Amino acid sequence: MAEASVGTGAPAAPGQLGRASEGWRSSLRPALRNRLVLFGAGIIALMAVLAVFAEVVAPYDPTEMKVVDALKAPSRAHLFGTDRFGRDVLSRTIHGSRIALGVSLSSIAMALAVGSVLGLIGGFVGGWSDHAIGRVMDILFSFPTLVLAIAIAAMLGPGLSNAVLAIAVVYAPLFCRVARGPVIAERAKEHVAAAIALGAGSPRVIFRHILPNVLAPLIVQGSVALAFAILIEASLSYVGLGTQPPDPSWGTMLNEGRTYLETAPWVSIFPGLAIMLAVLGFNLLGDGLRDVLDPKLRGR
Amino acid sequence: MRRYALIRTLSLLPTLLGVTVAVFLMIRLIPGTIVDQMIGTEGTYSEQTVRALKTFFGLDAPIHVQYGRWMSAVVRGDLGTSWRTGIPVLEMILSRLEVTAELTLLAMLVALAVGIPLGILSARRENTALDHLARVASLFSLSIPVFWQATMLILAASLWFGWAPRVDFVSVWVDPVGNLAIMALPSLALGTAVAAVFMRMTRSSLLEVMREAYIRTARAKGVSEKIVVWGHALKNSLIPLITVAGAQVGYLLGGAVVTEEVFTLPGVGRLILWAVFQRDYPLVQGTILFISALFMLSNLVVDLVYGAVDPRIRYG
Repeated sequence: MAEASVGTGAPAAPGQLGRASEGWRSSLRPALRNRLVLFGAGIIALMAVLAVFAEVVAPYDPTEMKVVDALKAPSRAHLFGTDRFGRDVLSRTIHGSRIALGVSLSSIAMALAVGSVLGLIGGFVGGWSDHAIGRVMDILFSFPTLVLAIAIAAMLGPGLSNAVLAIAVVYAPLFCRVARGPVIAERAKEHVAAAIALGAGSPRVIFRHILPNVLAPLIVQGSVALAFAILIEASLSYVGLGTQPPDPSWGTMLNEGRTYLETAPWVSIFPGLAIMLAVLGFNLLGDGLRDVLDPKLRGR
Repeated sequence: MRRYALIRTLSLLPTLLGVTVAVFLMIRLIPGTIVDQMIGTEGTYSEQTVRALKTFFGLDAPIHVQYGRWMSAVVRGDLGTSWRTGIPVLEMILSRLEVTAELTLLAMLVALAVGIPLGILSARRENTALDHLARVASLFSLSIPVFWQATMLILAASLWFGWAPRVDFVSVWVDPVGNLAIMALPSLALGTAVAAVFMRMTRSSLLEVMREAYIRTARAKGVSEKIVVWGHALKNSLIPLITVAGAQVGYLLGGAVVTEEVFTLPGVGRLILWAVFQRDYPLVQGTILFISALFMLSNLVVDLVYGAVDPRIRYG
């Protein structure tokens, strides 16, 4: 059963791959039947397509200024209106999806890689290294998330790549903790003891025999963290520490729209809606994945 | 319980020490010092002046000595002096703490007042249209960035009620009604996402407790459903909320930074941003350390309350 191998059991042998993929399909079925999960996946897929084909889909250059068109209300020519420099808000919102998805995916991938490797090492090796890793993570957990991200972004200087790094540092402890617990449980199992007895080295045991069995909680946390990464990137850009103008980050656009809230609310409304939809998409997907990978929580 | 409280409090100290090291190093890793800023790029100052300035700011000593000096001041309640204003950092923080504390507290009240009743309702009507609606609404709430929600609330208030946020903040001790008028929208904007977390947690926890054997026993004894829910299930289902509430304090303190910025509230959150953009490092260091210490303290309180409410924790 795929559910068993995901949650608790031994990794599937090569001969069992056909049955394992069948099992995956059957365990994915409840999530695929859930319309909300499909809606979430649809939003993410649409955003991914927009991000990849932004140049083709966007009607205008997102940074092209036409001061004569400044703060024009939504119309046929500009479906989402224009901002104070006459830039097309729709084109900027479409290009913003590239930044939002790019930042969230790269930062969470970094956090996932570093955090889970540290969690795997700490949980598997135990002793002094586990203690040291745990204390460092405790320290990082002692800062409110956004305050830590602001502090790191301030330290590194405003900019997109520094925002990515800040978000990665903020989320690495989460993945470390999520990975460590199941590793300790896995380490005590017979298939791991057998691998060690057969002479497998620590890296092989960790990555080949333990990691596949602790992936489920990491994937669930990853999908939820992607939603929060989008929010943090937008917050950092909003306060001026993330993406810098004229790049079209949704947070930067919202900040620029503040001054014209009463006269040109569309400058603030559409990027905000885009953030909400993207975060909602990942949240719905996260909920669905949690249902699939942790059936005990289904419907809770 | 006293022993548990003592152990839990003492276990906080190494982490707090680690936080001070992290904050200290974070600021020291920023390229350039105040002396570099003062002399600028023109390099018209002599080597001797630069050395004197470094000695004046204590930057001539090795880094561990600088940390030792800073820490010995911190334990005496001295977080340094702002480079920009010349005012002690602690004094600047304390003068703005009231705003952040009030905002966080009110937002928490909004979250509790909305989230818990909705969670109970949702669990009691499991799988009905109301339950689905509440769950979808909570997901939307979790997905709205606090600063956008704040902006939209300002927009709605201005379009429908001709209201605009006041620029001059009045303390709750001076004008409670005027203060509430200022704080209502920011608290609502900040508290909504936390309300969604509480709603989901209450629902899930109540559903879990309702499946417990002792609830089945109560039902089998003929106890009315009302007493089963309100008398037996609810109290136990709300225990995990204490931990969730503690974790949400961190979200609220972080969210306060952007909420204060949107509503131009003179709180500690806005002070952090001001310090960052002014490159006022003692102030950045002091405010971040202060906020983190506050967060750790709230986590300690949560743990102690949890220990008091659930004996399994303190004897575990």
